Amino acid sequence: MSKREQSLLSWTEGPEADVPLSVRDLWVEYQAQRGAVKAVRGASFDLYKGESLSLTGESGSGKTTLALSLIRLLPKSAHIRGGQIIYRRDGREYDVLTLEEGDLRQFRWKECAMVFQSALNAFNPVLKIWDQMYDTVKAHDYTDREKVRKQALELLELVQLESERVIDSYPHELSGGMRQRVLLAMSLLLNPQVIILDEPTTALDILTQRTIIELLKELKKKLGFSMIFISHDLSLAAELADRVATMYAGRIVEIGNVYDVFYHPRHPYTLGLIKAVPTVTGGFQELVSIPGSPPDLIDLPPGCAFHPRCPYADERCKQEEAELTAVTRGHLVACFHWERVQNDLGQEWQLRDQ
Amino acid sequence: MTASLASGAKLSRGGSHAAESPGVGARPASFAPSTSLIELDHVGRTFGSGKEKVRAVDNVSLTISEGDILCLVGESGCGKTTTGRIAAGLLKPTEGRVLFQGSDIWSMDRKEFKRYRRAVQIIHQDPYASLNPAHTVYKVLSAPLLRHNLVGNYAEARLKCMELLEIVDLTPPGDFLDKYPHQLSGGQRQRVSVARALTVNPSFIVADEAVSMIDVSIRASLLSMLSRLREQFGVTFLFITHDLALAKHFAWEHTIAVMYVGSIVEIAPTPELIDHPLHPYTQALLAAIPEADPRLTRSKPRVALRSMDVPSLLNLPSGCRFHPRCPQFIEGLCDQEAPELVSVGNGRYVACYRVSQV
Repeated sequence: MSKREQSLLSWTEGPEADVPLSVRDLWVEYQAQRGAVKAVRGASFDLYKGESLSLTGESGSGKTTLALSLIRLLPKSAHIRGGQIIYRRDGREYDVLTLEEGDLRQFRWKECAMVFQSALNAFNPVLKIWDQMYDTVKAHDYTDREKVRKQALELLELVQLESERVIDSYPHELSGGMRQRVLLAMSLLLNPQVIILDEPTTALDILTQRTIIELLKELKKKLGFSMIFISHDLSLAAELADRVATMYAGRIVEIGNVYDVFYHPRHPYTLGLIKAVPTVTGGFQELVSIPGSPPDLIDLPPGCAFHPRCPYADERCKQEEAELTAVTRGHLVACFHWERVQNDLGQEWQLRDQ
Repeated sequence: MTASLASGAKLSRGGSHAAESPGVGARPASFAPSTSLIELDHVGRTFGSGKEKVRAVDNVSLTISEGDILCLVGESGCGKTTTGRIAAGLLKPTEGRVLFQGSDIWSMDRKEFKRYRRAVQIIHQDPYASLNPAHTVYKVLSAPLLRHNLVGNYAEARLKCMELLEIVDLTPPGDFLDKYPHQLSGGQRQRVSVARALTVNPSFIVADEAVSMIDVSIRASLLSMLSRLREQFGVTFLFITHDLALAKHFAWEHTIAVMYVGSIVEIAPTPELIDHPLHPYTQALLAAIPEADPRLTRSKPRVALRSMDVPSLLNLPSGCRFHPRCPQFIEGLCDQEAPELVSVGNGRYVACYRVSQV
């Protein structure tokens, strides 16, 4: 067994039954005229039961591609070049990437539901909420109208909507926050084990964002599903995540407990991101910005993709890309210099910025 | 810091009687000191006609002194962009006056208006949309220079463009001059937009969500570049954003105005607004914002609102526009007449009965 495989296997802590989803060495490319866009490059992570995992990174870091490949909903131009997505429920496990069309359809929504970013576009504008909900359920062979309607009403109540009114509304009659809540209720219809949310609060007002955040926390506690959410917004991760994974140029560069990642970041990119975002509360903070701009995913720099922007980079970083390795229990970082990052906690950033 | 606050934004809202009411220090904008560069004097704007009238901005008065920064903060649809467009002279208000160095821009003669136009520039949110994809950086920057006869010939224009690119940290400028927008990253494009705004030596820049579409990792450097413009060239800023954390960072020694559904509810020096918000809406907003710090954000006190619905501009609530959601709502008062924006001392202004009457 290679060193790499060993390090992958050693991740899972505790019994596998508590890990509904494991992604191993996933590679996804898009075919473009200029060449292959390497959107996800060797991503590996586990999703634990009942946890919320945040995929954080800037635009173009591959977080949405990674999430879409989990339910194989990628556009036609995308190709999964390798890897495994192991899904487990009730002692059975299978690789999502090898599912046949029919099984895949059952897997989506029933096992793993997705809530998309723009709540308005996710609905059919000419169908009432009830018809959309019933359509979904029908596609999964539940046909008891009365029972489904009762459950739909219950779910709408659960997301704090006036269920009787909302269920007979058209999407355009609802506000952005209400639509987001209806989508959430719909995703829960078939009681999935995993829910993926793509930028769940991005297009919403701050006060509405707050209610959605509180709602997600409450639902997770009540229903016990696992949740992966994609966000470019560090503050949402800080608020909602149990664990945070930072992505850069298609790779997960750091993953760990939310407190470890925010208070003891070990990857220079995570550290840079945290130092770039001001908080509202408290006094004036100096902000640091990461020099340069994100790389071209068709023509990646050799070695570590972050090295041209990294103050810690040396010759080795220009040639080799570090693997994700554990620095403390459950905290993994892909950087040769994580100890230096730990020691100076970003003083390098300030120096560079002067 | 206090010095800049003293000369900071002075304003009032809601008619001359605000100044007449006893114990109230707010003065109508027209009495503001002459150092004010731009003044919105009871400005309103209605879109549409007949039944479908939308009152986007209602009775807004703001004064920005020379070299100052005013951050206009509010949620989407609250009228902050409309206010910015009115201040930049791109939109004529349906009520009120816009004063530039004391004279009304909509009754200026052609020559004066052209001078105003040159003094005021706007930086748009989306650098992908605001630059012509078929023009090189040189063409984008040289057009206003040539149009306003700021340079004598093409060689001079090229030199001036290089200079501008250096000011916005696109170095070496020779590398950027002949590039097309699609060859630049988002951050670089936004820098080109800033350089374009600087071509005519403006004294006032309206930055409408200028860094919102830029990746967080490079936002900070753009913000510090904008601050430098103020320090070096004395540029006055109206900085429009939905992000209070950003506003706080950019206008720490200046002023923030909070807008809600078309009117201004609170204005205060930044540190005071952040530490002691007075208006219930500002309080709710500050409590609701998630922070990039897990312990801090999970221990923030919450403000419970009475309703989650943002009022529609087509059907505005009576009285104070925040009253249907306000946790401190007083029946028979807040739903009757809208409170005026009044001074409560220390350069702070609030439009709330709870604050002004207690």
